[in-house]
Amino acid sequence: MGLYSSYYTYGLPTFVALVVALYLLFTGSGEAFNVGQFLEETSPYAWASTGIGLCIGLSVLGAGWGIFITGASILGGGVRAPRIRTKNLISIIFCEVVAIYGVIIGIVYSARVTAVQDTLLYTRENYFTGYALFWGGLTVGACNLLCGVSVGIAGSTAALADAADPDLFVKILIVEVFGSIMGLFGLIVGLLMIAQAGEFAAAAAPSAIASPFVH
Amino acid sequence: MEALLFNVSTGFLEGIVRGYKAGLLTQNQYNNLVQCETIEDLRTQLSSTDYGNFLANEPLPISTSTISDKATQLLVDQFNYLRSNATEPLNKFLEYMTYAYMIDNVILIITGTLHGRNTNELLQRCHPLGVFDTMPALCVATNVEELYHTVLVETPLAPYFRDAVSAADLDDLNIEIIRNTLYKAYLEDFDAFCQSVGGPTADVMHAILAFEADRRAINITINSFGTQLTKEQRAKLFPTIGRLFPEGNNALARADDVDQVRQAVDPIAEYRAFFDTSPGARQPNGAGAGGGESTANLLGDLGVSDELGAAADLEDRFFVHEVHLNKLAFLQQFQYGVFYSYIKLKEQEIRSITWIAECIAQNARDRIHDFIPTF
Repeated sequence: MGLYSSYYTYGLPTFVALVVALYLLFTGSGEAFNVGQFLEETSPYAWASTGIGLCIGLSVLGAGWGIFITGASILGGGVRAPRIRTKNLISIIFCEVVAIYGVIIGIVYSARVTAVQDTLLYTRENYFTGYALFWGGLTVGACNLLCGVSVGIAGSTAALADAADPDLFVKILIVEVFGSIMGLFGLIVGLLMIAQAGEFAAAAAPSAIASPFVH
Repeated sequence: MEALLFNVSTGFLEGIVRGYKAGLLTQNQYNNLVQCETIEDLRTQLSSTDYGNFLANEPLPISTSTISDKATQLLVDQFNYLRSNATEPLNKFLEYMTYAYMIDNVILIITGTLHGRNTNELLQRCHPLGVFDTMPALCVATNVEELYHTVLVETPLAPYFRDAVSAADLDDLNIEIIRNTLYKAYLEDFDAFCQSVGGPTADVMHAILAFEADRRAINITINSFGTQLTKEQRAKLFPTIGRLFPEGNNALARADDVDQVRQAVDPIAEYRAFFDTSPGARQPNGAGAGGGESTANLLGDLGVSDELGAAADLEDRFFVHEVHLNKLAFLQQFQYGVFYSYIKLKEQEIRSITWIAECIAQNARDRIHDFIPTF
């Protein structure tokens, strides 16, 4: 990587952000960076939907990535050793399972999302549900992304090892199984994180508007 | 990190090349081959291996050169298949591999022309991996300048010639100097390319290329004893990427006899064994020895102790070590070293088969075990 490309990757964005921040600060509008306002203004639906989207999106990314790493090796190895192709579908299934974890969590999470009138939305419980779905979704998504990549690389090695020596298949499959279990950890934690969060529910009284920033 | 994206463009080909590698002859198959009484037996044995019936259409008294040519043709077909499916930077990597054969072809043609050989005959003897369009025109060159400007300036070898054009006339010594200058530039350039690819490719390829560089440095030194080559000229021919560089290279440049060469390579434990002439270091191979290093024998059982025998012995130990390094390349996934190693191992295998065929044809069964097994 040349000097210029590393400058444009790291230096320029930092510089621009610094200029904007200092401009706001010195022109008396430093209040524009208001984390509390941002958190209170943002609809819990936005948090919940982003969480569900990240959950399924990252899971599918991980599964797809794993399948292409494994699949390319199975295709190549299968040319000279066609017997590996059926056995090594297990590796593909292990990757696919990761996407299924994401789908399960996505379905469970989306059950929490119910229609609530805008003026009755901003309650303490609904904020919590929104945040729980967002961070739960992110947890599951990140877990499944890394799990999918890990299973994919192990699966690719398993395919080539199987092509070279059929005795190795079962041994490497055990490694792959342990890799695949990591996605399950994400699934469990993701379920626990929303255990306390109820569905979106309308507030009892119109006083639900929690913040002066919310209009 | 390379595991994440390597398979996008190269996963398929890596699977293919590992499949090819699984088809290399094993120790058992070699054992069957050396049992053969005639060339026809050999052909039958080979037809049950990955070679298939590659000799099926040959007229019956099969010469050993036919076997070698046909086997090389198989190798070339496999290489071309890999090459036509490769994308950058693997494409470039495979191209770099052909440069070595190009250099050999160029030198072969120049030397042959110098000794008045027939052009067609020379072109047939060229390695098919190193063929390029303007090759026949090499025969007309009479000095290096002309060679460069008429022929080589359009080939990929042109940058390597930069240091060689200073040599004036084409005679045997100068051709040898040109060959080694080209090889030095080529090895350094190839190593730089592998370093730019980075990751495990750089690690694996550097180990192989460093040994290649050291091997050339040692060979140049030993072969230059008693010739007109001065020590300064000799030092210029040493590649600078080997494990001997810089300390060992300097010692080699000053060496006057084989003993000093031995001292120069002494710091590298692996190389020390090459010059180990004690009887214990020579073990017969073929006895099912699985390890790569311990299979160096060659002429050991004949008790040859003269200079010629020692040189051949050394060369074979180099080959054994090269095979060992190439086998190590297969231990790592997601790198280009396997492509290089496979071609080298296959070449070695073809040499071994040719040796066995030669021994059968000449009825020299006592030396039939003196090949270098790959797996």
